[in-house]
Amino acid sequence: MTPRKPVDTGDPDRLYTVTGGRSRADESFDLVTLIVSESAPTPGMQSEHARILELCEHPVALVEIAAELGLPVTVVRILLGDLLDTGHITARHPRAAASVASLPDSALLQEVLHGLRNL
Amino acid sequence: MDSATSELPAHRTPLRDTAETGLKIVVVGGFGVGKTTLVRSVSEIRPLNTEEVMTQAGVGVDDTDGLTGKNTTTVAFDFGRISLNDRMVLYLFGAPGQERFWFLWDRLFSGTLGAVVLVDTRRMDDSWYAIDRLEHHGTPFVVAVNRFDDDARYSLDEIRQALALPAHVPMVDCDARVRASGKDVLITLVNHLHDLATAKEATP
Repeated sequence: MTPRKPVDTGDPDRLYTVTGGRSRADESFDLVTLIVSESAPTPGMQSEHARILELCEHPVALVEIAAELGLPVTVVRILLGDLLDTGHITARHPRAAASVASLPDSALLQEVLHGLRNL
Repeated sequence: MDSATSELPAHRTPLRDTAETGLKIVVVGGFGVGKTTLVRSVSEIRPLNTEEVMTQAGVGVDDTDGLTGKNTTTVAFDFGRISLNDRMVLYLFGAPGQERFWFLWDRLFSGTLGAVVLVDTRRMDDSWYAIDRLEHHGTPFVVAVNRFDDDARYSLDEIRQALALPAHVPMVDCDARVRASGKDVLITLVNHLHDLATAKEATP
C-alpha cells in the first residue's frame, strides 16, 4: 500500500484558514478537469496557491492536485476558483456530460477502446 | 487487498502538454475485494489517495457549511491514471461501496463513463448495494469477478443469478493483480458502453 498521506480533515480550523472561511466550491471544476498554470507564483501569494501553480506547469487533474496537497476535493475547488478568477491558471474541462446518465458518443468511446487496446 | 507489487514511478509523472480531455471510470466494491489492486495493475502512476468531506447534516441536502461544520465525515478514494493518447487521459477511481459514499456520487462522479463492480464470491452481499445504486444513478456498468484465489466455486451464470443481474449486464472473470486481466475488464466495460452508445445513436 502506498503510504497514505494525511488528509487534513481532522482539523477544520486549518481548512477554514486555507479557504478564508469559504465552503462554497466552484462546482464547474470536475475531478478530472486539467489545470495548467499561466504564471509563476507571485511573492506574498498564499502558499497553497503557489504550490498549485508549481504543480501545474504541465496539465494536472484536479484530483491529483488534491492528492498532492493532501487537501479535500472541495477545498481544492475553492483554491482553483481563486486562481482562475485572477488569471493564474486555465482549466481544460472534460467534455460536457449533460446528465449523469448521458452516454458519450460512440466516436469518443472508439478512441478510448483504441487507447486501451494499445496499452 | 494489496498484493500487487508496484514498479510504478514513485515521483510525479506529468501528463503531456497536449492532454485536454479527462475521463472517468469508477471501480466499486466492498472492502478488500481488490479495487486498489485493479487500479494499480493498469495505472501508469502509483495509485494516489484523496478524500472528500461531507457533513452529516448535508446528507442528501445542499449544505452551506460543508467544511466547518461539526459533523464532517470523509470519504476516501484511490485513483490511478492511463494516458490513452496525446489528448485523452483516463482516470480510474477505486471507490468504497458503503452507503455514505453514494451521497457523494453526483458531486464526484457525474459524467463518469461507466463503472466496474468488482465482486468477491465469498462476500457477494457487498455487491448488491453497489449494483442497486448504479442502476439508480443510471450509470452503465459491468461486473468483474476477482478470482485471485483461483476461486472457481461459482460459475459466472451462478453469480449472475445470485446477484439477480439482468442479462444485458456483461460479466467477466479477472485477476485484479494482472495487468492484462485488468485491461480486459476495462475493455469489456468500454465495449459495452460503445454498444449502448451505438444503439442509442441508431434510434434517435
